Amino acid sequence: MYNIMIVGVGGQGSLLASRVLGAVCISRGYDVKVSEVHGMSQRGGSVVTYVRAGEDVASPMVPEGECDMLISFEALEAYRYLYCLRKGGSVIVSTQEIMPMPVITGAAKYPENIIDKLKSADVNCLAMDAVSLAESAGTAKASNVVLLGAASAMMDVDVEVWYEAIKNNVPEKFVDENLRAFELGRAAAQQKN
Amino acid sequence: MDKKLLIGNGAVARGLYEGGCVFVSSYPGTPSTEITEMAAQYDEIYAEWAPNEKVAVESAIGASIAGGRAFAGMKHVGLNVAADPVFTASYSGVNGGLVIAVADDPGMHSSQNEQDSRNYAVASKIPMLEPSDSADCLEFTKKAFEISEKFDVPVYLRLSTRVAHSQSLVELSPRENAGLKEYAKNPQKYVMAPANAKVRRVAVEKRENALREYAETCELNRIEWNDKKIGIITSGVAYEYAREALGDRASYLKLGLVYPMPEKLIRSFAREVEKVYVVEELDDYIESFCRRCGVDVRGKELFSFIGEYTPNMIRKVILGTAPEIPAQADVPVRPPVLCPGCPHRAMFYVFGKMKLNVSGDIGCYTLGASAPLTAMDSTICMGASIGVLHGMNTLRPELAGKSVAVIGDSTFMHSGMTGLLNVVYNQSPSTIIILDNSITAMTGHQQNPATSYTLKMKPAPALDIEGVCRAIGVRRVRSVDPFDIEEVETAIKEELAADEPSVIVAKHPCALLKYVEKKPPLTVDSEKCRNCGMCGKLGCPAIVRTDSGVSIDHTLCAGCGLCAEVCKFGAISREEN
Repeated sequence: MYNIMIVGVGGQGSLLASRVLGAVCISRGYDVKVSEVHGMSQRGGSVVTYVRAGEDVASPMVPEGECDMLISFEALEAYRYLYCLRKGGSVIVSTQEIMPMPVITGAAKYPENIIDKLKSADVNCLAMDAVSLAESAGTAKASNVVLLGAASAMMDVDVEVWYEAIKNNVPEKFVDENLRAFELGRAAAQQKN
Repeated sequence: MDKKLLIGNGAVARGLYEGGCVFVSSYPGTPSTEITEMAAQYDEIYAEWAPNEKVAVESAIGASIAGGRAFAGMKHVGLNVAADPVFTASYSGVNGGLVIAVADDPGMHSSQNEQDSRNYAVASKIPMLEPSDSADCLEFTKKAFEISEKFDVPVYLRLSTRVAHSQSLVELSPRENAGLKEYAKNPQKYVMAPANAKVRRVAVEKRENALREYAETCELNRIEWNDKKIGIITSGVAYEYAREALGDRASYLKLGLVYPMPEKLIRSFAREVEKVYVVEELDDYIESFCRRCGVDVRGKELFSFIGEYTPNMIRKVILGTAPEIPAQADVPVRPPVLCPGCPHRAMFYVFGKMKLNVSGDIGCYTLGASAPLTAMDSTICMGASIGVLHGMNTLRPELAGKSVAVIGDSTFMHSGMTGLLNVVYNQSPSTIIILDNSITAMTGHQQNPATSYTLKMKPAPALDIEGVCRAIGVRRVRSVDPFDIEEVETAIKEELAADEPSVIVAKHPCALLKYVEKKPPLTVDSEKCRNCGMCGKLGCPAIVRTDSGVSIDHTLCAGCGLCAEVCKFGAISREEN
């Protein structure tokens, strides 16, 4: 069983990321389940999407402590769900920080040095400025696909399978910039490894 | 066979297609919405948004009487709205098969309550199927039409959030024959006046007996034998959790038909295993049936009535072992918020400023209740804002001059119009504010009778909301642009002062609509900013305030300019390109 969690802030594109990952897993011949988030949480709340692949997947959600790879579109959200990762699992995190409302109103503080905290945990941490990379690919919105590119560098899947999954899940006019974003993320991860 | 990953709702839509469904009428509601959106993508299926669930079901009943396989989809609370026609359709039965999907929301991800729709099956004497993944969703939808036509009864398909919104693999098949069955007048069957209803009432009980017998052998109820020390009776997504938690250390009775229940099958399963547990989210529905039959089971004394289950929770309760999970870091919560550029924000800012009592409703604008806007005092159900305000104003006229009802465009058409009629008829001096953002937003942008388009994106006449209010008898009806907060405040003051019913329509399209152009972002001049906190009261996620001052996150800012409007020091301005 391979368990992936995609976390972030509602509206950051976790739905697309989960669909691309699901398509990649299914093309490998696995049983696959993907849980999505719709509705109220999409309005800027904390969102969690699960992708599970294996011989026979029962629950659509990843049990706590069994996550192999945590992909986070935002620093605080990576830290929030870090406890779900198994020991030695991987976290791929965008260094973008989005203030939650309790921080904006002054009721809470945004935790400091999150990336350092992730790096000192018992997991592999890959932190990257996904928004800047996405911008250089043509649109800041593709930071989700930048992170998928980074994830692809850690997974044993032929890169053509990823291309195909992106093409099948992104509107045609955005395919090129998303493929560029994917490549930038993949290259960044390969460089750091 | 063609295999595909589909969310449960998409698999239901595929089941409608393959099952020869020709008519779909629904009202959007998380987690049910995508069934109807995805059904609408099949040219062979007529699909529409109705103004509410009651109208949707009534239309589906008509389509069924006409001889077509018909469907209506809704969330759990939508079934409360639709219950009236549903309960009597149980008597009149069907011609073409009639399937009603109802999606429960354990954990209340996107709902105001956690009601368990299985109780409706018992109360209305209508069979209910409960799938546990997308493959089930597809198969059960088709099966529901068969059962409906075989037993002359509508059939419920009960989903929950995790089934509706999880993708898993399905096998696609071609569409069945989708012709219309013959239609002939049959008032004895379809005119449910007492004389006819009394005859149908007897038919209903006869059908109940036949269905109970059918349940014993229905292939949707399935036993999986493994170790017989532990027996699990379960249905829906809870079956998947139990299987994840216990694997082959337990045997399972998976119920696909949850009403009526198979008494003999349950007894024979219970006899074969040492200890029986019922694993079901929400009410003790299966458990109480088992107990009534004298079957000794463990259930809610071990598990919660509240919220969602997890495999780890089940493992801990039944096996007494659970993996050690490190504590979650102590981090700030991130609740949902009104989006940057949302036109509702301006309205709630003004409500807060004027210290109004706000009777709220269901939609994105319910988020106006959360900090820092905190400008809502009650929210009950779709359309309730107007009735609640009327009741309060009638008993406490001294509050009427400080109280408003606030309701969205789609919610107003759903069930606010009758509330407004009551205000006019019984003359409470109530002020109703309709937030018209030109779309049904919270459920993900569905068309409605005021948007000029149908579900299938055909042009449609747009409802004139102000005209309807006038026709209902409101003499004071006016429109404002929410971003003109001075005008908004003036309008509210004048209408609150009027000693008669009044309506203010706040018109501005949702910031997320594709045709709404984003304006350039705003910037804070740190020289002028006094860090007074005024802009922070707007609850805009793009405004970042630190000890050293305020800044605006340009990746989030939609350029609405509301912050510049409220800044007393002229410190915020638009960055023109």
